[in-house]
Parts: sequence; structure tokens; C-alpha cells
Amino acid sequence: MKRDAFDIIICGVGGQGIILASNVLCNTAFLESFDVKKSEVHGMAQRGGSVITHVRIGKKIHSPLIEQGNSDIVLAFEKLEALRYIHYLKKNGTAIVNDREIPPMSVLTGAAQYPVNIKGKLKHRGMIYFVDAEKIAFELGNRRTVNIILLGVLSCFLGFKKKSWKTAISKNVKKKFVDLNLAAFNRGASLLTKIDILSFKKKQSR
Amino acid sequence: MKSLLSGNEAVARGAWEAGCNVAATYPGTPSTEILENLIKYPGIYTEWAVNEKVALEVVAGACFAGARVITAMKHVGLNVAADPMFTMAYSGVTAGFVIVTADDPGMWSSQNEQDNRHYGRHAKIPILEPSDSNEAKLFTKLGFEISEKFDTPVLLRLTTRICHSTCLVELGKRKTHKVKGYKKDIKKRLVLPAHARLRHIIVEKRLINLARFSETFPFNKIEWGKKTLGVITSGISYQYAKEAFPNASFLKLSFTYPIPEKLIKRFAHQVKKIIVVEEGDPILETEIKAMGIKVTGKAKIPVCGELTQKIVRESFVRKISTKIKAYKVPARPPVLCPGCPHRGVFYIINKLKLTATGDIGCYTLGALPPLNAIDTCVCMGASVTNAHGLEKALGKDFSKKLVAVIGDSTFFHSGITGLSNAVYNKGNLNLLILDNYTTAMTGHQPHPGTGKLARGEQGKRIPPEDVVKGCGVEFLKIVDPNDLKATEHAIKQALEFDGVAVLIFRRPCALLLKPNPAYFIDPDLCKGCRLCLRIGCPAISLQFPEDREKPLAVIDPTLCFGCGLCAQVCTCGAILAPEKAKKGKK
Repeated sequence: MKRDAFDIIICGVGGQGIILASNVLCNTAFLESFDVKKSEVHGMAQRGGSVITHVRIGKKIHSPLIEQGNSDIVLAFEKLEALRYIHYLKKNGTAIVNDREIPPMSVLTGAAQYPVNIKGKLKHRGMIYFVDAEKIAFELGNRRTVNIILLGVLSCFLGFKKKSWKTAISKNVKKKFVDLNLAAFNRGASLLTKIDILSFKKKQSR
Repeated sequence: MKSLLSGNEAVARGAWEAGCNVAATYPGTPSTEILENLIKYPGIYTEWAVNEKVALEVVAGACFAGARVITAMKHVGLNVAADPMFTMAYSGVTAGFVIVTADDPGMWSSQNEQDNRHYGRHAKIPILEPSDSNEAKLFTKLGFEISEKFDTPVLLRLTTRICHSTCLVELGKRKTHKVKGYKKDIKKRLVLPAHARLRHIIVEKRLINLARFSETFPFNKIEWGKKTLGVITSGISYQYAKEAFPNASFLKLSFTYPIPEKLIKRFAHQVKKIIVVEEGDPILETEIKAMGIKVTGKAKIPVCGELTQKIVRESFVRKISTKIKAYKVPARPPVLCPGCPHRGVFYIINKLKLTATGDIGCYTLGALPPLNAIDTCVCMGASVTNAHGLEKALGKDFSKKLVAVIGDSTFFHSGITGLSNAVYNKGNLNLLILDNYTTAMTGHQPHPGTGKLARGEQGKRIPPEDVVKGCGVEFLKIVDPNDLKATEHAIKQALEFDGVAVLIFRRPCALLLKPNPAYFIDPDLCKGCRLCLRIGCPAISLQFPEDREKPLAVIDPTLCFGCGLCAQVCTCGAILAPEKAKKGKK
């Protein structure tokens, strides 16, 4: 059963391919005849800094920004960034977290500590799925596929047609990388078991 | 046909559909993608100008010829271009003239939060404010028409959340505009006092006509809801307010200068209470209050920062006590990329404990720990002139510990005037030009120092060193910033030199190159002294293995660019080049 509105936060570190991922997501939603709004920031914020993109999918969207505590899904490309933005997630929402640590400069220089037990801290915020997208990307032979692998995982929760995803990916990546990225998407999409997704749908319908 | 477009893409599309003939801009977040997208369309001349003033003057010249023209800039860019804009407001237009200002509430990538709607009243030109990409495209097209109808440049005001938000936009076809050709008209275009006095009278008459037009502009519109609350709003604030108060009555203003007074009065008479929702300064609020209408605005809603639907709602109704706890986590400010060629220069500035006046670009990030290399950042080009002023106030001795740091694109933007000023006024300026062959921060646009043109074809390259020599500088050296010894030596030489000294640190931006194989730290040789951490490379971290007394520096091979700067800093010889690392492993 299709829902008619999704608020999705995508966050991570500048340079991880978040903007491309959000473009593919928006394109897919558009192909599924939804109204879509996306908001992101460019420029200085993009140089290895913390990045957050808002994607809103529905019948008629006004604000391009998602309110804190209202996001259906948080897709985090990095663990610390998941923790930073988890308050955007609504009660019993779903978070997909790439199991990767990128220490910020303050941690590298020893001025601050990388938070410990992130899994424990996130757990009570909703359904949290940790994904080792880096490992899969390594197996696929290209680190830059992490973003599309994570989109594959996200696709399990949105109910969009596979064909729409495929078209959107083909439209957004360079021609010579289309096959690689489609493979990455499929790997991501097959990561979660049916049980996981059924429990998500149950929660959503409550 | 519909397509997903960002506000910037939509402005470009709108200009193209309107038959725009000439476009010139200087890159600046959040406006950069407007020209980047115009470049993709055929039949329109596009150029990256060296600065915003130049851009506006170039399109003004094209407008003299009867071309439909557009220029776009970030909010502070319009300060640079304000001079010709004010005169063009007097001169008027020969064909449609649209000036796009992209403001940055929240200062995502800017040095201030100025509200450029002030420029409408100040320069006496009309303002259009779209509230999404669809309107961004539509208002760009209408902008050309309004410009021609009223013989005035039109200011199209965007904000970050319009520029960089994407939504569905209905696409149209291009309607070509024939360049009319040049016809001499000095009474319009030659603003001698005698001519300008007459033009001013015309400008004031034009404002009255524009105010009348504002009353009938179809996108200044009332959306009736419950009449207990009336919301007057414009731009992105409309979207936030619409979510915050879905049942209220709305007066959505799109033509916001001059305001439609009659329409506002009519709306005010029919609602019980009025709030004005606007990001930034109380511009609509002040105008409406001056009409004698009681409204609430900035008394409740913040001037600083960007708005959200939550801020809008909670500013005017009691806060709902849904506390959402956010975790306190270490901040992640932007950093210089691994392999960034600026890093070496900043490391040496820090090492020599120099005072450094800074400028606008990626290299402003050299101010952050652990490099801590930059003292000031004012505006484009100010590194050069600020250093000169410091010296003139404190004396020549101070200049022996003082450098100015500027990027290549910023040098062409507004560093050259400051340099010639320092030479002329017998300064002892030490200018470090960080030449990475691009305008990096805004996404790698070309400039005169690269010789590439907007559409990728080869133009005429102007080497920065030729400009420096032309300004009369007698001490000039070109240095590779990845060679720390040479960098330190050159900076010391420049500091000792009597007169203006310029060093050009030349190496392409790391993002333009393919990374070299990663470096490797030999755990047996690493003493955990943390020296390598001082270069502030995101690829190097310190670990604390349990089986070691001392900490161990580690290079993340997925992040390492292979620039080798860390190896030059390491005194233990623990950081090995890729070839040696391989041999060591075997």
C-alpha cells in the first residue's frame, strides 16, 4: 500500500554524494507523480562540513524544510551526523545509518571526542537500521557508489516502482557509471529482509 | 511538460524562454548556478565576468544595444555592483533588464545577512519576489516585460531556500527577442547633471506608475481563509506561513516594491488581526505601518537567521511544549580538502606566527584550527587593502610580520586595484596569491587566470604574474606551495624585502586532479608527537591502541590525496611515500 506523503532527511559529510542521492530520490518521486520539494545548501557548507538535505514528497508541499520531530525517515551517510540530526525523526520513524565514522577536525586534533555508543543512543528514537555500505561499495570496486547503495536501502521503505528508480538513476549519473550504480542500487535494495520491511509497514499503518 | 528545477535553474530557464540575449555574472553562493545553467542553453551569450560591477556594466552595455539582458549575484555582490545599478535606474532600458539578487538568510555561505529588498527603495526600481521555482521562472519572464513596459531595470530577489530548493516547474518554449540595434540617446545614457536632473523626475513619475501597476499585478493576491487572522507575506516566508497557519487569510505579495497600498487596505479592512511574516528586516511591516495599519511583525518574529514553519508558528502562537532533544555532538565545520594546495602556505604562516589579512574563498577556512592562519576577512579584495592600512597605521616594522592572502579569482575580482594602490603609496605589502587555477569555493568556475571561457572554449589567458609586474611590483616569485621549505624561504624573503612583494603559490585545486596513491605511517617509527596533526588534514587522525604507550597517527587511505605534505612535517621519518610503504609491507 502506498502512502501519500514522506518527509526524508538525508545527512552526512560534504563530498559523500548526498546531493546526487537526493536528486535521484526527487526524480523517482516525480516519476511516481508526486509533488516534490527538496532543499539543500551549497558553497562553504559543502567543503567537508556537516550537510543536511530535506526531501518532501506528497500531494501538495509548501515549505521545502522539514520540521524537527516530523521526518518519516532519516538517511544518514555517517554515524555522527545521524546523531546530530536524529531529532528530526518523528516518533517511531525509521533511520537508515551508514556504519561509517568520519571524525571531524576537532576530533582529529584531539580537542573533542567522537561520540561513543551511537547505536545505543539512536536505538530508542525509532526503527534504526545500520548498513555497511562502504563494504558493499568496496566489493563493487568503487567507493563512490555508497550513496546509491544507501538509496537502495531507502527504496525498501517507499514503495516506488523499481522502474522509476532505474530511470532516475540513469538520468542522474554519467553514462559509463549507470550499470555500476544500478548494481549498487540492487545490492542496497536486497539488504533488508522482508520481515524488517513488514514491521516498518505495520508501524506506519498504526 | 514539467521538470524538477531548483530556483536557480528556473531563473535560467525563464531568461532563456524570455529570449534573453546576453548574460554576465560573477559566481557567488547562492546565485552561481543561474549562469551555470544559462550556459547550457543555445542562442544566448554568457560570460563569467571578473566581478559583479563588471557583470552589471557589461549587460548594461548590451542593453544599450537593445538586447534583453540578465545578471545575477549574491547579496553582497550587489554592493559591488550597486554603483552602475543606481545609474541604470536613472538611464532606464532599451530592452528588458533583470538583476537577480540572491540573499543568504542564515548565512550558509556568506559574511552577512543583508536584506537586499532595501535596494528597491534605495535605487527606486521594482522588486519581484518568487516563493518557489515555478514563480522564479515566471517572474524572470515577467521581469523582462515589466522592465520594458516601465523603462526600468527590475530586481528579482531570491533567497537561499529559493535558489537551492527544487520543485516541479512547467516548461515553456523560447520566444526569441531580436536585438534592436544601437541608437544614440545621450539624454538617457549620458548622465551629466543636466541630463540626470531630468531623469530623476522621470524616475519619480515611474514609481507612481509602478505603484499603480502593483495594485493590479495578478500575483499580488488574496487567498481567503478564516478572517480572524490575516497574514501578509512574500517570498519563501509565504511557504512557511502557509504551513504554520493553513486556515488563515493570506495576502501574498510578489511585486513587493512599490507595494500595492489599496490592495493592502482592502485586505486589512476584512480581517480581524494582521501579522506580517517576512525573513530579514521589517520592510513590508514598516511600509504597512506607515500607511496607518496596525500589524504585528518583528516584535514577535526574529530578524536574525532564516525562518522555518516552526519559527513562524511559535512566534505568533503560544509554544507547544513538544521538546525534542537534540544530542550535543562535536561540530563539523567545513575544512580544507585533503591535498588542498593552500594547506602548506597556512602551515608556514602559522609556524612563523605572522599576522595575515584574509579574503573570500575556500582559503578563509585557513582561519580554523589547527591552522589558525588568518586574522581578518572583510570582503572580496580587502586582504590587500587591509594589510596596507595596518602598515600605514603601525609603521613599516609591523609589515615585517604581516602578509595578505588572496585567491586567484578574488585577485582578478578586486585585488588588482588594492595592489596598485599599495605600490603607488609606497607600501610594504607582502601579498600571497594562492593560485589554484579556479574559483574553487563556488564550484570551479574559470577566470582570466585560467583563460577558459564560460562555455569551455579557450579565451585569452592573463597570467597573474603579468598583472603583478604591470602594477609595478619589483619582488615577484612563483612557488609550489607543496614544497614547504621553498614556501617558508620565499615568505621570509618577501617579508625582508623593502617595498611591495608578491608571491604566487601555484598548484591546481585538489578537486581538479586525480589523487595520488595514499601515504602510509609506519607504526614502528611514529612517536605519537602529533606534529602531523598541525597541518589540519582530514585524512590524518590520532589513535590510541591499547598495546602502545604513545598514541599513533594513522592515515585514512580512502581520504588521503597523496600530496605528501605530512611527510615533510614529520620529524621521525614515519610517514612514507606510497612506493616506500609498499616496500615496507613486503
